[in-house]
Amino acid sequence: MFEHDVLIIGAGLAGMRAAVEAVNRGANAAVITKVHPVRSHSNAAQGGINAALTDRGDDWTDHALETVRGSDYLADQDAVEVMCSEAGAALIELEHMGVVFSRDEHGKLGTRRFGGQKAARTFFVGAITGQAILHVLYEQLIKANVRVYEEWFVTSLIVEDGVCRGAVTLDIRTGELHTIRAKAVINCAGGAGRVYEPSTNALICTGDGYALAYRAGAPLMDMEMVQYHPTTLASNGVLISEAARGEGGYLLNSKGDRFMLRYAPEYKELASRDVVSRSEQTEINEGRGIDGTVLLDVRHLGRKVVEEKLGYLQEVAHDFMGIDLAEQPIPVRPGMHYMMGGIKTDINGATSVPGLYAAGEVANVSVHGGNRLGANSLLDTVVFGRRSALAAIEYGKSAGAGSRNEDLLASEKKRIQALLDRPKGLRSASVRRELAETMHSHVAVFRDQQGMERAAAKVKELKSAYGKVAVDDKGKVFNTDLIFALELRNVIDTAEAICASALTRKESRGAHYRVDMKKRDDANWLKHILVRQSAADGDPKIDTAPVTITRWQPVERKY
Amino acid sequence: MQATVRIRRFNPEQPANNGKFQEFKLDVPDSTTVLDALIKVREDVDGTLGVRCSCRASICGSCGMRVNGQAKLACKTKIADVSRHGEPITVEPMGNMPVVKDLITDMKVFWDKLRQVEPYLQPEGPAPKGEYIASDESMNHLVGVMNCIMCGACVSDCTVLAVDKNFIAPAALAKAYRFVADPRDSRTSQRLGVLNESGGVWDCVRCMYCVEVCPKGVAPMERIMKMRDLAMEAGYNNTPGARHTESFASSVKSDGLLNETKLAIDSTGIFNIPGQLAQAPVAVRALLRGKLPPLFGHKIKARKQIKRVFEKVEGQE
Repeated sequence: MFEHDVLIIGAGLAGMRAAVEAVNRGANAAVITKVHPVRSHSNAAQGGINAALTDRGDDWTDHALETVRGSDYLADQDAVEVMCSEAGAALIELEHMGVVFSRDEHGKLGTRRFGGQKAARTFFVGAITGQAILHVLYEQLIKANVRVYEEWFVTSLIVEDGVCRGAVTLDIRTGELHTIRAKAVINCAGGAGRVYEPSTNALICTGDGYALAYRAGAPLMDMEMVQYHPTTLASNGVLISEAARGEGGYLLNSKGDRFMLRYAPEYKELASRDVVSRSEQTEINEGRGIDGTVLLDVRHLGRKVVEEKLGYLQEVAHDFMGIDLAEQPIPVRPGMHYMMGGIKTDINGATSVPGLYAAGEVANVSVHGGNRLGANSLLDTVVFGRRSALAAIEYGKSAGAGSRNEDLLASEKKRIQALLDRPKGLRSASVRRELAETMHSHVAVFRDQQGMERAAAKVKELKSAYGKVAVDDKGKVFNTDLIFALELRNVIDTAEAICASALTRKESRGAHYRVDMKKRDDANWLKHILVRQSAADGDPKIDTAPVTITRWQPVERKY
Repeated sequence: MQATVRIRRFNPEQPANNGKFQEFKLDVPDSTTVLDALIKVREDVDGTLGVRCSCRASICGSCGMRVNGQAKLACKTKIADVSRHGEPITVEPMGNMPVVKDLITDMKVFWDKLRQVEPYLQPEGPAPKGEYIASDESMNHLVGVMNCIMCGACVSDCTVLAVDKNFIAPAALAKAYRFVADPRDSRTSQRLGVLNESGGVWDCVRCMYCVEVCPKGVAPMERIMKMRDLAMEAGYNNTPGARHTESFASSVKSDGLLNETKLAIDSTGIFNIPGQLAQAPVAVRALLRGKLPPLFGHKIKARKQIKRVFEKVEGQE
């Protein structure tokens, strides 16, 4: 058994930011991650991080208003105020840590413009902003000498008398299960891209954090809000950053028209992501696409801009499509990208379960509501990663000693042994694929009652089939076959929460667009949808919560 | 397209097949990467295959491995490019690191070396209220190094590390350069001093492998060479490497060609008596076989032109 004041699950930006804060404040904090920290998916954030800096003549309230508008008024405005007002300090702090942000001609931080925003307030490192920040936070992790349980997998949270007191974990390298007790746990386990196929997300984004909290009785909020990014590669779902449009790229249909001029006359290609994705899908559905795609064209920006500011995009276009972006437009389509929904937390990362905190994509504070603005996710991770560490340390000071019993460890051992002992059965990869393709077909850019019901039924069917999943690998050392089977359960539970929430929201708002209910309905649905897994029957139970409105009354959204 | 993938297997729990290749024949689309093929094997054929992978887009650095004998990122390597006529593709774990299982290596040595270079910014005094002022050019230059995704390819194929475990090796040295060249860092000279020691910048043999195998264009060897220059400029001239460089250049500059005997003596250090004595047996053996170069080498006729080349290049710098 291991013991810490604070145990942080996940070593992406939120997790590492939390860990550095906790350790630098003298707490005994440790990070557990199923991969090495620099393998985390924060790497894939390309375009930048938003902050309204007053010395640039920008105002955080403008940023906040655009964030609230982007969210289709579903974000909690107190949370948005916290994020946007702390953004400048968080950004400068990253710069001081060593992030090599792009500069302007005076040597100050340079910006580009991102979607849903009038001001250029997105700070960036080429098209590798996430990677550049992730690696610098890893440098800080080394500097602070943080204990990392590297390539360890969390199988379950320990919740005793309604209080979270640690986790049961699997050391992937040895195959041994261990209890890690902690006064407070911060869940920073990241997204759930593998619930969908295709997705821009990495193979490790299996919804672990949502499922851990969901099974532990913590409500998930607004899980129906799944972001489809407007520009992903048709061949394999890989992301082409919004930076391409931020730098001035066009979207064209098969006739060569810049169709966004029609859908969003003011913001054009830089309307919010839900709007652009729907516009593209409409073009495709109405026969003005090219084999299910539209074209992203950056040729007019010139080779220098393409190679200096969009270097990584050029690399991806070359590697996967054999395309030189300076010479040729690239076919793209909307692809599953980000979960706005997540574990419901307050502005300090506290969930509904005492001792359990959450930050980053897995959390829902909520600052993104129905649709996240590009470059707000990195900001979310560092602001709320830090805040959750502060809150978790404070909570830990008064948290009573938990029990020392190892009951959960024993039952988890039994569960995993049963999975290993099953001689043959379903392959987890094929179950996941079936589920993920169903989600992409029915709970995507355009939705309707019948499709969502079909998806929910499929998820339910696969949930009961999970008991028949078997693994080829019966060994202990680095048994990834076993890990995939354990992850599959998380994928299924996350999908269940998404479907239950999506079927509940009887309107169109943000990313949740129903072709059978096209209007936003503030009178009935300006509220959060909560879902938790019932301890009694294991089914999703729905609840609602009010949206916090501080200074911006909901109005119709226009781009 | 038909692809044949030969994977070197290793499982500490079932050692019978360790080191042996297992062949898989797959039907795949033309655009398939080596990683796609491995995932297909793992998902549909043999779930026991051990391979790390995550992003599929050459950004997470998980899937470093040897393909046809050379370190590559599997997700960035198209089958069609490494098997032009459908010949079998050999896939093995990276080198210079112990194997955990199949294609999974223990990268502890990689991370330990990284820690060795104090890989974090160390600015002078309290931070300014706003950002540090730095030129876009200097930051852009560092982006080239921050492109490193720590996949381990350069460490895998480093020919020095293969024979000298003490070598800090390309990835960590490139990381060190990221701080040496960062205008915000205050410990440039101290860092160069440490890198000037044994295992540091002078131990690279310039084989170019790290430059060739790096999937992200980081070019570690070029960073190492730059740090040699910077170390000498910072006054770290008293190493065999620095003396070797200076002797080499001054010999060519003055004589128009290399004086090998002088080079050996200079590199060892003229007052380094034990070092010079240690070289004596080599000199004697060379003499006996008629291979000892003359102590005072001849000079070429066109040495004035050579000198002008030097002056021109030095003037440009």
